[in-house]
Amino acid sequence: MRYSIIATALFAFAQPALAQDKPVLTVYAPDYFGSEWGPGPAIEEGFEARCDCDLEYSIGALLPRLLLEGEDTKADIVIGFNTDVTKRARETWLFAPHGQDNASLDLPIEWTDDIFLPFNWGHTAFVYDTDRVENPPKSFAELLERDDLKIVIQDPRTSASGLALLLWVKAVFGDEAGAAWKELDDSILTVTKGWSESYGMFTDGEADMVLSYTTSPAYHLIAEDDPTVKAAIFPEGHYFMTELVAQVKGTGQPDLAQAFMDYILTEEFQSTIPTANWSLPAKMPEAGLPDGFDTLDMPEKALFYDENEADALREPALAEWLEALS
Amino acid sequence: MRVIGGLIQALAVALVLALTLGTLAAVAWRAEEAPRLGPAEWAAIRFTLIQAALSAVLSVALAVPVARALARRSFPGRSVLVTLLGAPFILPTIVAVLGLLAVFGRNGLLSVLLVLLGLEPVQIYGLHGVVLAHVFFNLPLATRLILQGWLAIPAERFRLAASLGMGPGEVTRVLEWPMLRSVVPGCLLVIFLICTTSFAVALALGGGPRGTTVELAIYQAFRFEFDLGKAALLSLIQFGICAVAALAAWRVALPGGFGGGLDRVVERWGIGSFWLRAQDAAVVVLAAAFLLVPLGLIVARGVPGIGSLGAPVFAATGRSLAVALLSALLTLVLGLALAELAQRRRGRYAAWVEALAALSIAVSPLVIGTGLFILIFRLTDPVALALPITAVVNALMSLPFAYRAMAPSLAEIETVYGRLGDSLGMRGWARLRYLVLPRLARPMGFAAGLAAALSMGDLGVIALFADPDRVTLPMQLYALMSGYRMEEAAAAALLLLLCSLGLFWVFDRGGRLRAGA
Repeated sequence: MRYSIIATALFAFAQPALAQDKPVLTVYAPDYFGSEWGPGPAIEEGFEARCDCDLEYSIGALLPRLLLEGEDTKADIVIGFNTDVTKRARETWLFAPHGQDNASLDLPIEWTDDIFLPFNWGHTAFVYDTDRVENPPKSFAELLERDDLKIVIQDPRTSASGLALLLWVKAVFGDEAGAAWKELDDSILTVTKGWSESYGMFTDGEADMVLSYTTSPAYHLIAEDDPTVKAAIFPEGHYFMTELVAQVKGTGQPDLAQAFMDYILTEEFQSTIPTANWSLPAKMPEAGLPDGFDTLDMPEKALFYDENEADALREPALAEWLEALS
Repeated sequence: MRVIGGLIQALAVALVLALTLGTLAAVAWRAEEAPRLGPAEWAAIRFTLIQAALSAVLSVALAVPVARALARRSFPGRSVLVTLLGAPFILPTIVAVLGLLAVFGRNGLLSVLLVLLGLEPVQIYGLHGVVLAHVFFNLPLATRLILQGWLAIPAERFRLAASLGMGPGEVTRVLEWPMLRSVVPGCLLVIFLICTTSFAVALALGGGPRGTTVELAIYQAFRFEFDLGKAALLSLIQFGICAVAALAAWRVALPGGFGGGLDRVVERWGIGSFWLRAQDAAVVVLAAAFLLVPLGLIVARGVPGIGSLGAPVFAATGRSLAVALLSALLTLVLGLALAELAQRRRGRYAAWVEALAALSIAVSPLVIGTGLFILIFRLTDPVALALPITAVVNALMSLPFAYRAMAPSLAEIETVYGRLGDSLGMRGWARLRYLVLPRLARPMGFAAGLAAALSMGDLGVIALFADPDRVTLPMQLYALMSGYRMEEAAAAALLLLLCSLGLFWVFDRGGRLRAGA
């Protein structure tokens, strides 16, 4: 018994001892990305079919790891940045230009960054179930006034979507943001560390609405054939969220890294995004979006602060938030 | 043998120090600027202390009657109940929170029931919600630790008390109270410390930023501000809280000193009155309902999706089991080494060993993970070592409980049989094999079970750096949730619960069987 335990342990930790002649492209990604249920596997398969190389994901915290490793980083590519960390990431001077045509992107805002390339996008939105909420708020202002809805949001100190909400409220209410949070406080059931906890509370029926994305209903519609999940659309506009990819300047595989950057905006890559990442492709594929995506409610107006504006707003907005909700 | 024993002890001390203070020093060393604490951090420190103290006191206060009822009654299903009591403690926080909300939430069972009766639904979010969740997690742990103490009172003492005509009140004063004096302070300490490092639960049930703990501030400093100096300073504050609490507990605790017995099954007299029986029954039923109803709902949530779980989840389960077993083994070695060390050197020195054994609860897994990363990334690839590192860090996290479970028993063994062993010239391996291990089997089984189960459910440092082809079950659970697959995630949570409980049961039962032999 004792020996079999040790054997099992050794077996589990053993490295696969395969001869690797192919060059390896190391891609740092957030943990959801590399899993079976994220977009990682499809992208890996697609790229390996054309590069004669081995794409290896290394998952975990992106920016902290890069800052610690600095020039010694093992990454050739980093995928999955949010816009709230690009300023800090840019200042490491670790990244090289992406070399893609920003004008070819299909985003609701103008994109001029030559380092960080968007590969998908969406907006923040409050998502509800039509069976439970028959009369959703028709504007952000109405949401503040309503007292019959309980919403669950993410903490801006621990989650990217929570931070996006903070900036969304700032973009909509400006100097009145603090007062807006005070009004919203009655409707906030609770605040969670990350998106998963919030969404779990929503699907379990604990909360009426959850801070999520305009594209969230697509999953329920397409994968579960459930048309009852909707995003409430507000005429004030919705905060634009995108995920970004960049190549590392000091990579030992510059050609492969560039080939990967060239792969991002291809038809093949972009058409995996909607149903693998449940978000919108950064460049619309010729074939358009999969069935179901066209029926999603989308806002007409996208709100966005670039990284410098967002950086300047973050601390005072956070202080306002803490003050209003404590 | 003595040399090898000493070497293992030295290694154990070095490993614990390196992983706690060493990683913290590594983080502080990489800090770029001197940290500053604002009012938000001070508020977090205050909230942390208040909720942890309330949670610890309440958990232990409720655990005493439950442990007493379990110690003096036997009823069908008692051993199953004692095993199930281990379950809440080892649940991943996200699963436990959803389970608790299914009972105490806005649309939970309790609210539905109250509304049916024409009453107001429960409002769970707030300090009371945080404390409720922490009692849910820690009442079982407290019950087990205190039960351990009750079962360690030799049967002969109860027999003597009965023959002297003592009633329940006198038994409490003469036998049970001194036992509680020796067990309760340590128990309060561990639970207080566990609760100081709570974060996701405190936030979700605290109802917003009111529920901010130091651990959240550490997470924020790491992941969002990347202010290593602030993270290190906050960690140091957690250490400080831990050290003060550990020393206070050490001062209050008194050794039991019941003398030797023949390791017989405890038989009790004079507890057969209707009133006492009804009281014990009520206590057990209430505690069981409080702990088992949320668990039952977690099981019910998980069952529908269990058929749709695929190979990646099962592969991850295998890896998690391997990590758990390795971690359990390591916990036993570390715990035994430190307990033996504290036993050998009494007095002030022993207090330091005690503090060392408690230290690891106070370190944030984020600090350990980041510190280890800083220490090793230039030497080797941390990603390739992610699983063994997880096992080691998990062992460290379980060490305080393992130590708590084993140290008092070891002290008892040495006090009672030590001189006999010495006079027989039992040393080294023979002493360990024939004197210590058989008598320590019960707490060792419990410690190993707890360590394995805890490791099984821990997301831990692997969230900082990992290879997607070698992830653990808790990581898969989170990945499923990120991919909107809530039903499969609930099924994975059920699988995790079953594995954790299975591991706990095997080790715990193994320990109890040996003890009875």
